[in-house]
Amino acid sequence: MTATAPQSLATLPLGDDALILSQRLGEWAGHAPVLEEEVALANIALDLLGQARALYAGLSDVLGSEDEIAYLREERAFRNCQLVEQPNGDFAHTIVRQLFFSAYQQPLYARLAPVLPLAAKAVRETAYHRDHAEQWTVRLGDGTEESHARTQRAADALWRYTDELFEPIEGLEVEWQELAEEWKADIREVFGRAGLTVPQGPGKDAWAAGAGRQGLHTEPFGRLLAEMQHLHRSHPGATW
Amino acid sequence: MVTASGSAAAAASGSPSDTAAAAPAPVGESSRPRSLAELAGSVPDPELPVITLAELGVLRRVTEPEPGHVLVELTPTYTGCPAVEAMAADIERVLRTEAGAEKVEVHTVLSPPWSSDDISEEGRRKLAEYGIAPPRPGARASAPVQVGLSPTRHATEPTREAEPVRCPHCGAAETELLSRFSSTACKALRRCTACREPFDHFKEV
Repeated sequence: MTATAPQSLATLPLGDDALILSQRLGEWAGHAPVLEEEVALANIALDLLGQARALYAGLSDVLGSEDEIAYLREERAFRNCQLVEQPNGDFAHTIVRQLFFSAYQQPLYARLAPVLPLAAKAVRETAYHRDHAEQWTVRLGDGTEESHARTQRAADALWRYTDELFEPIEGLEVEWQELAEEWKADIREVFGRAGLTVPQGPGKDAWAAGAGRQGLHTEPFGRLLAEMQHLHRSHPGATW
Repeated sequence: MVTASGSAAAAASGSPSDTAAAAPAPVGESSRPRSLAELAGSVPDPELPVITLAELGVLRRVTEPEPGHVLVELTPTYTGCPAVEAMAADIERVLRTEAGAEKVEVHTVLSPPWSSDDISEEGRRKLAEYGIAPPRPGARASAPVQVGLSPTRHATEPTREAEPVRCPHCGAAETELLSRFSSTACKALRRCTACREPFDHFKEV
């Protein structure tokens, strides 16, 4: 259990995870396979954006306004994990990314709830995100041969970004090893129901251990930032 | 757009002379001045105009540290709820026009977090009347509600929910989930398998 409040910048990686995944999910607007999913992904993105805003607001003394934190930092200043910056790919790819992330974020927020008001607030919302991802994983994995193959491929491709989730974030008192074991057991359980194979490969590349938390990102991240920050940088102070 | 009706519309109009009559005062009695908290609480929810902010349970505190200066504490239903800004603007307008407040500050507070249990009995009744299945009680005490899943290729038995969400139209307990997320973050989209009508369900959180 966590006993002490997070130190000053400890919540930045959590805010960056939420903002970047929100931006990725927003890319589905207008492209989701069915209307209900369009709405679901946009709603999850909105929840995540709200989390990012609340976490950034708590850092304004150190890092400036929400807009400055989101739109005026360079790539190396972002502390999000590499998993959330990975491109959407096909729907199965997005769902597996959602599963890996929400099965991490929800129990992490549950642990932080006693010391971080935002975590106490958002933990129940993230339970819905997680449920959404779990049920889609089962639906796709135990669906057609095509959906099964695509979901397995997504799991194999994204697995290398999962160990990073449990690299300790300085200033957050969490039993990271215990969180990692719980996560792996949960993923095994969902994959079992979905008829999917848990990837055997290492959960990280040799060069990438915890790299996102240190400000090192994968190639697609630069393009995401360019799109996300373009308007604010081109028209500083623009409002609706 | 959903059109508000009855007292909700009157409160939303922000017209001082009209809204004084909206208070449930006995006929003939001169309109008693409504307290700041009552006024702020009477503001209808911008997205669910059938219920007020007081009934939704999002209004935490209304104080007047000095005459004409009102402090309001508001808590969001969902972290990213975009209606919070509209709520704050509506509260400010009502307090300025109807209570003559000169300065209104609306602060958002996160702790303790809002729960669907905070919706009043009256609020639940109005939601159901409006066609939205109210959240099942006990959300705060229990683990997040698992939704049922229709059969997949190998799991031929659908999974069951512990307590049914009843259809707000015909009252049947046989309803199914269409989507966990509906027109707003706080609602799920369901369908009644008895009367076949789709409906929104205010999720437990």
